[in-house]
Amino acid sequence: MNTTWEVLFPKLVENLWITLYMVSLTLLIAGVLGLLLGLALYTTRPNGILQNRAVFAILNVVVNIVRPIPFIILISALLPVTRAVVGTHIGTNAAIFVMIVAATFYIGRIVEQNLVAIDPGVIEAVRAAGARPGRIILSVLIPEALGPLILGYTFVVIGIVDMSALAGIIGGRGIGDFALVNGYNVFRWDVTLVATAVIIILVQGVQFLGNWLARKALRY
Amino acid sequence: MSAIIEFSQVTKSFQSKGAPITALDGIDLSIEAGEIFGIIGYSGAGKSTLVRLINGLETATSGRIVVDGVEITALKERDLPPVRSRIGMIFQQFNLLRSRTIAGNVEFPLKVAGWPKAKRRERVAELLDFVGLLSRAYDHPEQLSGGQKQRVGIARALAVSPSVLLADEATSALDPETTQDVLELLKRTNREFGVTIVVITHEMDVIRSIADRVAVLDHGRLVETGTTFDVFAEPKADATKKFLKTVMRNRPDAATLAQLQREHPGRLVTAQVRDVAAFGDALEAANERGARGRIVFGGFERLQGQELGSVTLSFSGEDAAVQDAIDRLGAAARLEEVHA
Ligand SMILES: Nc1ncnc2c1ncn2[C@@H]1O[C@H](COP(=O)(O)OP(=O)(O)OP(=O)(O)O)[C@@H](O)[C@H]1O
Ligand SMILES: [Mg+2]
Repeated sequence: MNTTWEVLFPKLVENLWITLYMVSLTLLIAGVLGLLLGLALYTTRPNGILQNRAVFAILNVVVNIVRPIPFIILISALLPVTRAVVGTHIGTNAAIFVMIVAATFYIGRIVEQNLVAIDPGVIEAVRAAGARPGRIILSVLIPEALGPLILGYTFVVIGIVDMSALAGIIGGRGIGDFALVNGYNVFRWDVTLVATAVIIILVQGVQFLGNWLARKALRY
Repeated sequence: MSAIIEFSQVTKSFQSKGAPITALDGIDLSIEAGEIFGIIGYSGAGKSTLVRLINGLETATSGRIVVDGVEITALKERDLPPVRSRIGMIFQQFNLLRSRTIAGNVEFPLKVAGWPKAKRRERVAELLDFVGLLSRAYDHPEQLSGGQKQRVGIARALAVSPSVLLADEATSALDPETTQDVLELLKRTNREFGVTIVVITHEMDVIRSIADRVAVLDHGRLVETGTTFDVFAEPKADATKKFLKTVMRNRPDAATLAQLQREHPGRLVTAQVRDVAAFGDALEAANERGARGRIVFGGFERLQGQELGSVTLSFSGEDAAVQDAIDRLGAAARLEEVHA
């Protein structure tokens, strides 16, 4: 079994696109849901601008339960839910669904942590100026924490790429699956190496972009 | 004049783990429209809690607070924002939005109040001009010094022409000179716009430079209220006397008195003087009648346009003449004889 690179290369490109698709769709949807979750955690906490003991306690417990579940276990634990939502429990879209769930909780905590770091005095000042919670969230919390939030999201993208590499398990395909099937399984060290290089370049690119945007937001 | 801020029997306690903390206890307070009212107290006395009750950032446990005709204590959180809009507030740490420019910070309350863009721009320029920072409009807060940041804070607090301005330790993070600049700006604000200003501080110097009237807060209770002059001239509460010691250096302490007594045999009296002319006349008359009075310690200062001083004198001469001198001075100032 010595497939030539002429055959492998188009496969690599196709799988790279699948990875990019999985990662960006997950980032987009989980990014929004995670932001909402993080905002909810932050604003409902004791002394928060929408403090609500019950809501905060429930969200906190749910996040604490879901967050530590290893992705590989989450894939099977969510199987019935995935089937109900996506219609199937295998394939790229099923993988994306599980990734969205995992990433949402992950991002939620990261967003919450970055919001907690905002100087409470600033929030006090805008409350004193008569701002209501909606305005405080949109025009104070997010802009004030923007730099760290971008860095947090950049960090998350790397985690999502990591998850996407495991998507092959449920037939999700992508670069990770490509490396496993065409490299590791058939003792093609060179294929594994190329796939690894592609992932490194991808991650570096994201990291570079994230750092650049964060620097702009932080005005360093 | 009429009261713009009125506290009646206001109490605030915090539910902490363990016993509840009573931060404010039975506060009755009336602040007149257009005055600069100082509130002084040591750390933990409840000063911040008290100002935060005025714009409803904190809710009273019991009692009634009325600000500019609105009963704050009767409002729910969702009804408070429009009221807060009419009350400006500045802070020790300035609390500017670092994600916005100087102009953006000043514009914020105007956006909240729903002003149209053109009017906002005009108003922001006017305010930045008032605080002397028009040329820094497009800088960000971290590019300014502490004093400049506080000026921005003041411009932001004045944006929607509030009737009341609350200043919580607004100069505590500034050096003495910058402190005086900021206090001058607050005075100008008060004069030009007639804004009632509530100044919270732990520095008697701040009270002396700016306040028309002052209240002393000690362990959650108001222990003394009066015009700044009266409180400085005749402090009644122990807490007030302690504060005054830090700024009134014309009164000798016990060690100094003991030393003065050794150096000046005869009778030693300390006079609290509010009427310099009457005091001068009495001293002259006493000297003409044969008592030898010499000033051995003390000094005068001007407070709210009035002289205020403390003078320690040593008298020697014939007993009757000295007694006559002390009687005369006693009629012109408040005397205290120093006994061995
Ligand atoms: N959110 C809170 N929860 C519990 N206790 C509080 C809270 N806020 C204030 N306190 C307590 O109330 C008392 C008064 O606090 P406050 O901040 O009003 O004091 P302060 O006079 O402003 O002091 P400082 O000069 O240090 O700012 C203190 O004992 C403080 O610990
Ligand atoms: Mg305080």
